[in-house]
Amino acid sequence: MASTAWPKPDQRQLLGKRFDRLDGPAKASGTAKYTHDTNLPNMLFAKALWAPHGAAKVSGIDVSAAKAVNGVAQVWSVEPGTEVNYAGTLVAVVAASTEEIAREAVNKIKVEYEVLPHNVDDRDPAKVSGEPSKKEVPDAAGVDEAFKSAEVVSEGYYGASPITHCCLEAHGQAAEFRGGDLYVWATTQNVSGYAGSVTDAAGVPASQVHVECQYMGGGFGSKFGADQWGQICVQLAKQTGKPVKFMLDRDQELMIAGARPSVYGKVRVAAKKDGTVTGWDSDMLASGGKGGGKAPDMPYVFTGVPVIRNVSRGVPVNRGSQRAWRAPGHPQNCLITMSALEDMAAKLGMDALEFFMKNLQYTGRPDVYRDELTKAAEMIDYGSKAHPRGDPTAGPIKRGLGMALHQWGGGGHGSNCDLTVNPDGSVDAKIGTQDLGTGTRTVIGIVVAETLGIPLERVKVNIGSNAYPNDGASGGSTTVGGVSSSARDAATQALNIVLDKVTPELGVPVDRLVARDGKIFDADNPSKSMTWEKACSLLGQMPINTKGSKDPKDGTKLTESGVGGVQMADVSVDIETGVARINEMVAVQDCGLIVNLKTAESQVYGGMIMGITYALYEEAIYDPVTGRMLNPDMEFYKLAGLADVGKLKVHMMTGPGYDDRGVIGLGEPPVISPGAAISNAIANAIGVRVPIMPFTPDRVLAALGKGGAVA
Amino acid sequence: MPHGGKRKTGTGISRRSFLTTLGAGTVASGLIPGGKRGKAAAAEGSPGIVGPGEVSITLEINGKSQEVKVEPRVTLLDVLRNRLDLTGAKKVCDRGTCGACTVLLDGKAIYSCSLLAIEAQGHKITTIEGLGTPEQLSAMQAAFVHHDAQQCGFCTPGFVVACTAFVNAHANPTVEDIRAGLGGNLCRCGTYMGVTEAVLEAAKAMKGGA
Repeated sequence: MASTAWPKPDQRQLLGKRFDRLDGPAKASGTAKYTHDTNLPNMLFAKALWAPHGAAKVSGIDVSAAKAVNGVAQVWSVEPGTEVNYAGTLVAVVAASTEEIAREAVNKIKVEYEVLPHNVDDRDPAKVSGEPSKKEVPDAAGVDEAFKSAEVVSEGYYGASPITHCCLEAHGQAAEFRGGDLYVWATTQNVSGYAGSVTDAAGVPASQVHVECQYMGGGFGSKFGADQWGQICVQLAKQTGKPVKFMLDRDQELMIAGARPSVYGKVRVAAKKDGTVTGWDSDMLASGGKGGGKAPDMPYVFTGVPVIRNVSRGVPVNRGSQRAWRAPGHPQNCLITMSALEDMAAKLGMDALEFFMKNLQYTGRPDVYRDELTKAAEMIDYGSKAHPRGDPTAGPIKRGLGMALHQWGGGGHGSNCDLTVNPDGSVDAKIGTQDLGTGTRTVIGIVVAETLGIPLERVKVNIGSNAYPNDGASGGSTTVGGVSSSARDAATQALNIVLDKVTPELGVPVDRLVARDGKIFDADNPSKSMTWEKACSLLGQMPINTKGSKDPKDGTKLTESGVGGVQMADVSVDIETGVARINEMVAVQDCGLIVNLKTAESQVYGGMIMGITYALYEEAIYDPVTGRMLNPDMEFYKLAGLADVGKLKVHMMTGPGYDDRGVIGLGEPPVISPGAAISNAIANAIGVRVPIMPFTPDRVLAALGKGGAVA
Repeated sequence: MPHGGKRKTGTGISRRSFLTTLGAGTVASGLIPGGKRGKAAAAEGSPGIVGPGEVSITLEINGKSQEVKVEPRVTLLDVLRNRLDLTGAKKVCDRGTCGACTVLLDGKAIYSCSLLAIEAQGHKITTIEGLGTPEQLSAMQAAFVHHDAQQCGFCTPGFVVACTAFVNAHANPTVEDIRAGLGGNLCRCGTYMGVTEAVLEAAKAMKGGA
């Protein structure tokens, strides 16, 4: 019997090697069809009108002029009396024969508002609502005493501004009723679980909702259910009897379809003169929308610090509600923790790398972090570049190094795979998952091909539909662990059925049979062999169907949880203009057994680049007077471009202790550290902490106004 | 100034110069009476003024002449995507910033969201679909696959088209040239390392043109 367990290193044929993504040619040639690309016969285009006030009550709404426009099929609108809690809220949607007509009609809708008081200021302690959440270890008196008796205490103010997801494919959906069933083309991270979010609007049970998502243009935690706009789309399709496509416009996407909460506050760190941290005391404001918010539990990674106080106060703001943003809470927590710790190192006059190394006993995996820090330092040439806080070089350009550590879970989610092996040797795998761009399709193909000992091209991977076996939502970096487990389970079961047929033919005991290189052969005498196709022909006319799950029946564990990583940044800051630039960044990351090294590295590069973007450029800016987001476009909501990212290097930890673990997710971890590493590098360069992220020129200059470098 | 950083211009198409060029092109074609506006203008009997109703226009796309009826306010991008089902060019910012809608107009990269379809008459339009197919990828498309210069893939068609135009104009680009010349396209997943490698590789393969 072939074992479900992952093969040992010397037996791996495909696992951990570099493969082009299976859907690469479709994407590079523009033939990959995304939700936004859906064109159906007689399809209507829907466009929306949004409320321009931070808070208001709709006192009247008149859609008659919109309905009168030639080509308009249907208009959805809110009821008078509806309260609006943030600018950007949809108040009316027009479905029309063309996009242009829909937009023209939207402009003819008249809405009267009773404007209500709003708040978009997330940094004012006076705006706090509700009771603070508080955690004290060992207790209040213990924390006070520890700080009173501490050898050294450093204090600072730190924070991260709100940002959005800015998926390039906006949120949205196309919907059509056919014969009483609803067909939806959704851009979703949860194709298996999506139907439930439209059944009320559709008036049909989930069993009659067919969801398709072959390709999606980014999600990052913001695209799970249908949302209000998806439900309106279904209603319009039902009312008109025609297919309707409703994709948000860019301004709507940035205002209402995803936000990472902001966090600001004061931190005190206590330490011994030798650099050993003895206490943490943070008092934070957190804002995720109308409901306020809660800061993550601090400190980050160094969770074993013996004395900890965490106070978190929620500030309700009239902004689009928070959504899980790639590694929810972690980038903010990492920024504040690593900045506060590095400030202590600077106060002690201690090298930052030495300081972090000295405190690794407070982390869950000291040996791993020691290896990762050492590797990152080597990659960035830390020894020859490092200097104490404040680049002493004359002139306006100051250079500095910074680092940060991060952690993530990433264990596989529930997953089911149907596998078919046909008598002609062709193989089909079906999983109700989706590929956000992480390379999920390719991972499934590699696992099946590895297990059956056949080339990757032999495997047809079917995903992106709720017609396939259920798979968990792609959140929390849980997909790769889930799908690789269920695919391995299903393929191993199928292989064992094939091997049972081959045993009598070759006259070799089943335990000696090996499937590799498109053949099945005797491990002791490889000349006794049979091609994969010949072996499958022994099945007669009936294909094999097997069902695999994340938790194989034989009890094998194929996925684990818990990864770490270290990133270091080398930046230059112009102290005359305040502009910070990345010279180089390095990332060292572990994620258990790597399935496809090429796309794994792509995830890490992508995480670093997204991190550089939120560290230096992107920020959702709100107008206190109107409550509106001031930059809901891509000119002023800034993403890093090709010229902005500097030189990047990635190292994946492999070998003993790493790839003998199960498969673990990687989507989130590499996006956590960049903000913190860059903040520390800027402080190291200019000699003073820039407290609030992103570190834009105005903030850098304001920090320099309080001290730090001189040219 | 986007990004607050120093963005080298001159050797290629930065986001800013790209826009400026595009603006100039739009103005220029707007001044051409009759011809470019084709049958539409003639039908109205008033040179230079068409619409607001649908007019018949002819576009030369990927070597094929296509007649479509559209209102003059419709952008080239919306004609491609909504009327001709050429959905490779994507609508992302719809404001000439991100480059996801990039197509070639007489060989030059332009933002199709910022050009009216009616003004694209008389020009050779090449979309991502005209560069290659999944079975027969162009050198640039193949290099994008090989260097994994794509994750979600939504920016990819625009990037491939822009990179193709860039290499046609810069046969031997350095990494610095690429950084300076391809600032007119944005990616959210962070594929710039792969894009840079892909352009370097494709430039070698594309000697003699795409």
